[in-house]
Amino acid sequence: MPIRRSLAATAVALTLGSAAFTTPAAAAEIQFWHAMSGRLNELLDEQVAKFNDSQDEHTVVATNKGNYSEALNAGIAAFRADEQPTLLQVFEVGTATMMNAKGAIKPVHELMKETGKDFDPSIYLAAVAGYYTTTGGQMLSLPYNSSTPVLYVNEDALAAADAADMPLTTWDEVGAVLAKLKDAGNDCPMTTAWQSWIHLENLSAYHDVPFASEDNGFAGATAELGLAGEAQTTHVATLGEWAQDGRFVYSGRRNEGGARFNSGECALFTESSAGYANTKASAEFDFSIRPLPYYEGVGGAPQNTIIGGASLWVMAGKDDDEYAAAADFLNFLSTADIQAQWHQDTGYLPITMAAYEQTQASGFYEENPGTDIAIVQMTGKAPTANSKGIRLGNFDQIRGVIDEELEAVWAGDKTAEEAMASADERGNELLRRFERTSR
Amino acid sequence: MEKRVYFEHRWLPYALVAPQLIVTAVFFLWPAGQAVVQSAQLPDPFGLYTEFVGWENFEYLFSDRYYRASFVTTAIFSALVTLVSMSVALLLAVLADGVIKGSGVYRTLLIWPYAVAPAIAGVMWLFMFNPSIGLVSYWLKAIGITWNHVLDPEQAMGLVVLASSWKQVSYNFLFFLAGLQAIPRSLIEAAAIDGASPWHRFRTIVFPLLSPTTFFLLVVNVVYAFFETFGVIHTITLGGPGQSTMIMVYKVYADGFVGQDLGSSAAQSVVLMGIVGLLTVVQFRFVERRVHY
Repeated sequence: MPIRRSLAATAVALTLGSAAFTTPAAAAEIQFWHAMSGRLNELLDEQVAKFNDSQDEHTVVATNKGNYSEALNAGIAAFRADEQPTLLQVFEVGTATMMNAKGAIKPVHELMKETGKDFDPSIYLAAVAGYYTTTGGQMLSLPYNSSTPVLYVNEDALAAADAADMPLTTWDEVGAVLAKLKDAGNDCPMTTAWQSWIHLENLSAYHDVPFASEDNGFAGATAELGLAGEAQTTHVATLGEWAQDGRFVYSGRRNEGGARFNSGECALFTESSAGYANTKASAEFDFSIRPLPYYEGVGGAPQNTIIGGASLWVMAGKDDDEYAAAADFLNFLSTADIQAQWHQDTGYLPITMAAYEQTQASGFYEENPGTDIAIVQMTGKAPTANSKGIRLGNFDQIRGVIDEELEAVWAGDKTAEEAMASADERGNELLRRFERTSR
Repeated sequence: MEKRVYFEHRWLPYALVAPQLIVTAVFFLWPAGQAVVQSAQLPDPFGLYTEFVGWENFEYLFSDRYYRASFVTTAIFSALVTLVSMSVALLLAVLADGVIKGSGVYRTLLIWPYAVAPAIAGVMWLFMFNPSIGLVSYWLKAIGITWNHVLDPEQAMGLVVLASSWKQVSYNFLFFLAGLQAIPRSLIEAAAIDGASPWHRFRTIVFPLLSPTTFFLLVVNVVYAFFETFGVIHTITLGGPGQSTMIMVYKVYADGFVGQDLGSSAAQSVVLMGIVGLLTVVQFRFVERRVHY
């Protein structure tokens, strides 16, 4: 039966000579490799099960392949062996690597066009989908889990230091509060997670200054880093000064600071909005979520912040049935119900406006104050060329370089200017190397 | 009359060594050959596009001062790990050799850490020395030492050396103990009767007779420090702070599997292969001369 059906489909497609014609798809089983662990893995499995139950044509098989780097490596190795999955979850820093591998991927807009499935790019939140969209507005991969940095505040610690009502909108105000906390004997007034993402990538976008040339790399692989700009050096110098006088405490390159904030050791914490569920579950104190602070009068602040997280890429070399299944699954993931549920369960941003409105209507934001700050902060203004996202090759390594240079500033070994100039120079070498393989 | 065992068939000896040769070819020669080929290429991660670049990957590496610095880091790290793990193991072996009651228990306990995987060892030490929740860092704070290996390069190096050495002490202990037990009692007793002090006996009789074991362990430990400490670095420091614990094998991983720069990663593997080969030759030519079998 499937053979006859696909024969018929081929015949129809041939007569009409149009690839966009909707072909009745045969049953297909597709592989979906991801890097979600723990609770997120369970929620993902629930989504997949819902999809599999919702129709009887296709089956999606989800497999965890380790952390983000490992999942990407698994995908690459599998592609080289011609065993690639149909869907692969890739973190945001791998975006340039993926879009550059033209023979290895099938952009989402192409997939939707070729399979003839309904696809309206305008339903997606520009601030979220923009990261994975070409400058021409064509979606390359479907945003899956996206978050943006916000400021977590231990209200009890602030009250204890007599700083409860002090504003925390700008970094200058934050500095004053931190001084007060320190004077009150607090050993860790502020710490951070993901320092490059929050304090350089998002800082640049939020102040509407370039992180790199060529629209942060969106316009081409010839981009060069612009970390030695005024906004960046000012901020790094400020944090460096705070690190020296004990107002800022460095905890590590990833989110090691989370444990210190959740245990009540640190009073202020800059972290992804997706850390909300964790903090809510473990904090035994009163905490609040505030928008990320900025510098008054520097660049265009506050512009909008950018996302981190991962998106789903469709791999090349699959047959039509598998692509039809992939398109259906991506459309299923984009439905308001699924997105609203995911957003409320995890703290990740919804990818469509409808999901945001549905969550709003359900009263979720009133019950969980602060959970909408991330969306407001991201969508408050239309993204500019500097705040759409960042698309650089070898970006994971560039983040490593930035981590190293920032550590030198926190330790007092380098000034902010020296460190940022060095990060620019070292990062540009990596960019040039990537450029050569991206022809 | 000379005794000799020989085989009639000409092919039998070859058949008997064949499994070993095949294993070596498949798991060493083939991948090593691939690394040499890749080190002269600049491929994209997916293998869609490959450019032959000759020596360029090596030129790129050696013009990078951070890569040159990783030589020094690796040398310091390997020397410290070898020194610490071998000296502690020797001390423990000498002490355990003297134990008469319950020696089996001591030995078993001392050999245990060898069964622990490097990554687990790393996580365990990290847990004890975690700047905010670690028990040891808490005690250190109590006596006035601020422990923060995420920012202090010396402390970070100290911690990875400690974790790597701890794991290797067991292995060294086992060989040293066996070596000690193989030394004829009569020699030591004779020296004791002649009035040599315990230290004198150790220095002039025991240590020289242990030299084949020491030499063997030296080679094994250097190779261990070069290659097998990856898990410890990966779990504790990720090569940081800065690049202060970025040993060469970790850089191969970071550039190849995180950065997807396979050309540079392959070139680094080739350099590493060369260094270890060279070290082994040096050890056999110069250090071995001082070994008494």
